[in-house]
Amino acid sequence: MTLRDFIDRLLGRQTASATTARQRLQLVLAHDRSDLNPELLEQMRREILEVVSRYVEIDLEEVDVSLETEERVTALVANLPIKRARPTPLEAAEAKPDPESKAEAATDTPTDTATASA
Amino acid sequence: MTTALSRTILICSGKGGVGKTTLTANLGIALAKQGASTAVLDADFGLRNLDLLLGLENRIVYTAQEVLAESCRLEQALVKHKQEPKLSLLPAGNPRMLEWLTPDDMKKIVGMLEERFEFVLIDCPAGIEDGFKNAAAAAKEALVVTTPEVSAVRDADRVIGLLQTRDIQPIQLVLNRVRPKMMVNQEMLAVSDVTDILALPLVGLVLEDEQVIVSTNRGEPLTLNGSRSPAGLAYTNVARRLRGEDVPIIDPSKESQGFRARLSRLMQTKIF
Repeated sequence: MTLRDFIDRLLGRQTASATTARQRLQLVLAHDRSDLNPELLEQMRREILEVVSRYVEIDLEEVDVSLETEERVTALVANLPIKRARPTPLEAAEAKPDPESKAEAATDTPTDTATASA
Repeated sequence: MTTALSRTILICSGKGGVGKTTLTANLGIALAKQGASTAVLDADFGLRNLDLLLGLENRIVYTAQEVLAESCRLEQALVKHKQEPKLSLLPAGNPRMLEWLTPDDMKKIVGMLEERFEFVLIDCPAGIEDGFKNAAAAAKEALVVTTPEVSAVRDADRVIGLLQTRDIQPIQLVLNRVRPKMMVNQEMLAVSDVTDILALPLVGLVLEDEQVIVSTNRGEPLTLNGSRSPAGLAYTNVARRLRGEDVPIIDPSKESQGFRARLSRLMQTKIF
């Protein structure tokens, strides 16, 4: 953040348009470069959660799957906080990362965070 | 002259109107003035304009098309610049004939030029479709031209991705039409924003300059008569850097002086 951005924020003014331009560009380029549209990304997110949920219980409220770009390399960054490991992995059909499975999960185990970069 | 010494450079941008043809014309003249024999090939034959910017529009008789069809020799199709005879223009084709050029044609014609010239500059059409693919077919290096605007940077990014899949190396960036005042006031993407996002080395920074329009009107590129205008100097410096000279890139924030500019620079200080 620059001094100007800081003062603008203090005064509740709009941020400089160059800052907005940079942020918009970074977002649109992450999608351009990966050739994924938002729907495909959402589908991928659901499927990733489904697979991971077979092995561990995930804190669905805290899940964050997004594309990040640095130095022309785009990474899929998934932040999936783990509530606890499942004693035995579920079959593919059983694993549905929906709110019901969350309700039955005990929350006494500490939360781990798994970050995967692709 | 041998082919190994020749450098074939594609000048492209993705987006139209960011200054590809102006760069090609000025760079061609600047390289020739610096003693390097140079050919500029207008690969944008549908909407060709390089002849106009060089003031050679009335001297075109043949194009690469006739050379490939063997209805004329390469020397007959090359249009030599009167004031700068080390520079020659070759239009790829005729606007009336839109469907003859293939990547193989391009390789053949560029191969012929490489035998005679130290630099072959290819002025690429806008877009990323067939015109781009043809123009890129024979290129070994590339200059990507962009302006500090979101649409131009986005399109440049697409083109860079395509160039990288073609093993074109090096790919360097020319940032065109920079307005120092707007940059200092953070109302225009900073130079570092563009270079960070596109991750390319900067080989030229050209300030917005009314003289470009004046020179276009006359068909005399700024580099032709040693113009000291900001854009003319910038184009000459791109040519020097391409030839291996170490010329520092200007700092646009230093271009606007006075109290307001100093205050604006202070406001740009990164605080966290």
